[in-house]
Amino acid sequence: MKKTTPLIKEKISIIQELTYDLKVGEVMKKEIITVSSDNLIYDLRNILREKRISGTPVVNKQGELIGIVSIEDFIKCLASGDINATVFSKMTKNVEILYEDELLVSAINKFDRFGYGRFPVIERGTKKLVGIITKGDIIHGLLQRLENELQEEEIKRFRASHIFEDIIADETTLKFQYKVVGGDFSQAGKVASGLKKNLTRLGIPPAIIRRVSIATYEAEMNIVIYTQGGEITAFVQAHQIEVRAKDTGPGIPDIKKAMQPGFSTAPEWVRELGFGAGMGLNNIQQCSDKMILRSKVGKGTQIKMLIFY
Amino acid sequence: MKLHEIKEILEAEIICDDTNLEIEIKMGCGADLMSDVLAFIKSESLLLTGLINPQVIRTAEMADIKAICFVRGKMPLSETIKLAKEKRIPLFSTKLPMYESCGRLYQKGLSGCSEYKDK
Repeated sequence: MKKTTPLIKEKISIIQELTYDLKVGEVMKKEIITVSSDNLIYDLRNILREKRISGTPVVNKQGELIGIVSIEDFIKCLASGDINATVFSKMTKNVEILYEDELLVSAINKFDRFGYGRFPVIERGTKKLVGIITKGDIIHGLLQRLENELQEEEIKRFRASHIFEDIIADETTLKFQYKVVGGDFSQAGKVASGLKKNLTRLGIPPAIIRRVSIATYEAEMNIVIYTQGGEITAFVQAHQIEVRAKDTGPGIPDIKKAMQPGFSTAPEWVRELGFGAGMGLNNIQQCSDKMILRSKVGKGTQIKMLIFY
Repeated sequence: MKLHEIKEILEAEIICDDTNLEIEIKMGCGADLMSDVLAFIKSESLLLTGLINPQVIRTAEMADIKAICFVRGKMPLSETIKLAKEKRIPLFSTKLPMYESCGRLYQKGLSGCSEYKDK
């Protein structure tokens, strides 16, 4: 045997953990084929063959388990010519059972201890037969759970949406800071695009992301079109997003006028590119729950956009 | 309306080859001013435009636009195509001018962004 690598060790312990986590009732087969105690051994022939099973529980009229009969019992009767005996006379009466609420780890121990191929599963309160469990069911149940957990892990690794729940603080703020280069139209939109990707990973609702993205994109375009450059910073909290766009000039002489839809001082080349139609600031305002615009001619402009969710 | 129906109605050509034509489009919007698009378009729309620079793709990305069709037989710049592929936004090109493109789609029942109501 090779030495156990840490990875395998880890996997074994995950499976062991799962056997303490899963209950018999979660992995057992619920569709059970049963026979009544007055059935003849002869009747088993068809049941075992058609259902492709090697044994079946025996129940009374109340649905309570009174025994179990297997293909071995059938073969024995076939050999001794007892094929017309009742199931009741040939079945195993002291049946080892498992309870529905028992942990998988104790089921595995029982399989090891008794060497049986299957155990009937009983509901603890009513003593009714509710299922049957084989080693195959246990393996299937474990694999299924393992797969689910791996999938969840993968989703978690890709998404960071749990970050606000995981980090313990009265208030958590994630800050994303970006530089915007003035006049570089080919790069325009990169900031909004990057921010959008982050917000998606954080699991923010799509309608909110859309508003933040559009507002940020317009602010970014303004910096690219009118200024030497600037900075965009986003502060993301569990229930609000604040985006600040800051540039170093030239500033807006008349804010009131600039806010009017359709008012624009954009040069022709900008208009040819589909921007500068005088809708930018307006769009930002429409997308934000609160917008604060400060500007000084010769100094620069600052826009603060707040979006709550 | 499915993308393949739109492609047929507009007699459009697919620009990116791995386009999923089964995408469902709910509304149409025709504009050359990107700020107008950003102001009025709703998500899950098709954008018809004569503008071919990468900012069209950026606009589509921000506004969750599902697909873009360039009108008047225009072909987008190579940077535009590159960005569209990266953002997985399907691109088409039709020979029809803007008015006729919009008219044909509207006639076939694709509603506009201002009148669309989620059923």
